[in-house]
Amino acid sequence: MESRRGHELHLAGITQRFGDYVAVRDIDLKIGAGELVALLGPSGCGKSTLLRIISGFMPQTEGKVFFDGEAVDHLPPNKRGVGIVFQNYALFPHMTIRQNIAYGLEVQRVPAARLKTRVDEMLDLVHMGEFAERYPRQLSGGQQQRIALARCLAVDPKILLLDEPFGALDKNLRLDMQIEVKRLQREYGITTVLVTHDQEEALSMADRVAVMSRGRIEQIASPTDIYDRPETLFVNQFVGSTNVLPGIAGEMAGAGQQVTLACGERIALAEGSRLATGAQVQVSIRPEHLTLQTAPLDNAITGVIKAVMPLGPQVLYDIAVGDGTDIKVSVPRKRGDEFLLSGTRIFAAPVPPAGYRAFPV
Amino acid sequence: MSTASTTRLTLPLTALFAVCFVAPLCVLVALSLAAGPDGGVATIGHYAAFVGDRFNASILFDTLWLGVKATLVCLLFGFPVAWICARAHVRWQSVLIFLVVLPILTSVVVRTFSWIVILGRHGLLNQIVLGLGLADEPLRLLYSEAGVIIVLAQVQMPLMVLPILTVLSRIDSNLFDASQALGAGQWRTLWRVAVPLSMPGIIAGCILTYAASITAFVTQTLIGGARLIYMPLFIYQQAVGANNWPFAAAISVIFMVAVLVVVAVLNGFGRRFEKHV
Ligand SMILES: Nc1ncnc2c1ncn2[C@@H]1O[C@H](COP(=O)(O)OP(=O)(O)O)[C@@H](O)[C@H]1O
Ligand SMILES: [Mg+2]
Repeated sequence: MESRRGHELHLAGITQRFGDYVAVRDIDLKIGAGELVALLGPSGCGKSTLLRIISGFMPQTEGKVFFDGEAVDHLPPNKRGVGIVFQNYALFPHMTIRQNIAYGLEVQRVPAARLKTRVDEMLDLVHMGEFAERYPRQLSGGQQQRIALARCLAVDPKILLLDEPFGALDKNLRLDMQIEVKRLQREYGITTVLVTHDQEEALSMADRVAVMSRGRIEQIASPTDIYDRPETLFVNQFVGSTNVLPGIAGEMAGAGQQVTLACGERIALAEGSRLATGAQVQVSIRPEHLTLQTAPLDNAITGVIKAVMPLGPQVLYDIAVGDGTDIKVSVPRKRGDEFLLSGTRIFAAPVPPAGYRAFPV
Repeated sequence: MSTASTTRLTLPLTALFAVCFVAPLCVLVALSLAAGPDGGVATIGHYAAFVGDRFNASILFDTLWLGVKATLVCLLFGFPVAWICARAHVRWQSVLIFLVVLPILTSVVVRTFSWIVILGRHGLLNQIVLGLGLADEPLRLLYSEAGVIIVLAQVQMPLMVLPILTVLSRIDSNLFDASQALGAGQWRTLWRVAVPLSMPGIIAGCILTYAASITAFVTQTLIGGARLIYMPLFIYQQAVGANNWPFAAAISVIFMVAVLVVVAVLNGFGRRFEKHV
């Protein structure tokens, strides 16, 4: 496999309005050559709209799209060199697999001999050589997806766009295809935008994840940062699950700021928090970042176990805290461990000790 | 539902079909085999008489050929209209569809006389052509085959557009986007994706337009005039004018069989595409 240099994609100030409704709002996004960026967000937040703007199917209301520093806004979709894999694959049903893959090459008037070699090469790449003469409807979902990808890559697109590409696959197959797509993307070094509402997919596949909400990018960062250092409560709640506790910001104490929670506890936040003293805040802590003990712990929240749910590799505890709200704590399960019993009074503290994050309301 | 009750439910329709279609057809065939106007021994003499006369055969051929030309003109204009309808915004779609079905909603007579006003020697079309200096003399549109084809194509347009539109709007629009993203322009997308996938609709439209065009007695007669004779007029002349009902019945049967052959060929063609949609 020859290695190619990917192309840079730059979205500058993109806004899309439908009448009064703003579907995409002032998006600035730079994607480096060969990078895979996932657009992650709930349904209706404008992900597909952004893809349609990049591919040229929808002229944006405001802003510019650059490939390798050159504006492409005047180019129609068939001149942009963007490859798209649709959620339903959109293979041409009246053409065989071979004809499907050859389609884009025929458009480019590739000579017959080269065309055949190229199609065979693509079929090998996705391990589908023996299916060349079949029709799309004779293939399974995963196989159709491989062909959709091969058809796309055959014409060497500058940018690859994947719109919820794994949505129609069942769970096991989805994982296989994610690994496969990631392999091809790496091998080709092709700049890729992956649209998904599945956080695991975004976190496992992307170099960077852009979390979107209501037409905006809330945060764009590496999967680790998105998960461990969410910048907004939305990102924190959308990616993974978290406990949210209302409170009032207090004084700085050492490295972290103090917060008085509505349930009565006083806790210290992670380093770097700078919230106005007296401000209403939401404190967030993930269930798996808490540990439980019956003996008093530093920076802990006290509560009573309401329910114990063994979930295979973890045990989930539902704990009632002071003001009647519940928090969830997930504890890894080791062989021979005894579960804590319902009704036990316990202390839940973050690991590392200052693991609480707070967001202004 | 059990098979027995399903059968019972279809009874009224079966009865209607038998009384209104099969019975008259039997009468027609029986009549075509009668020796004289008052009945008598069965004979295939009328069929032989039709086949034996070159003049008769040319009328049949002209009629079938007229149908082909009208259908092709209809398809040429109908497909783009259906394509525009299918891709138009929902709001425009209903307006366009209304315009397309308008010919069905107006009476044959009104429609035909309007065309006479438009196509006549001093009609609208000729005034425009002469006014623009495109011709020195008025074009002969009325009482010509060209005129008949134009009017048939317009009148049958809904029969062409609606089946194509139905199939087109069922095609996943991602297929058109996929084609464009792979570098194909509008025309290639139309030709390589939209046309093949809408083939069942195209064929259904052609069958309907064809059957309607060759049997359009009023349009053929009023626009074509007395010098252009097609099968419907010919049958009418033999039955009502010459009072030769058995011969009229025989040529009706021949006409019907000829049409069925054309339809069967089109249908067989259509079947090849059906499996993909
Ligand atoms: N062509 C359009 N006309 C009007 N509204 C649209 C159009 N396309 C998308 N929208 C609206 O824009 C919002 C974002 O849509 P979309 O980008 O498809 O979301 P996502 O892909 O993130 O689920 C939705 O509320 C949707 O209803
Ligand atoms: Mg979407």
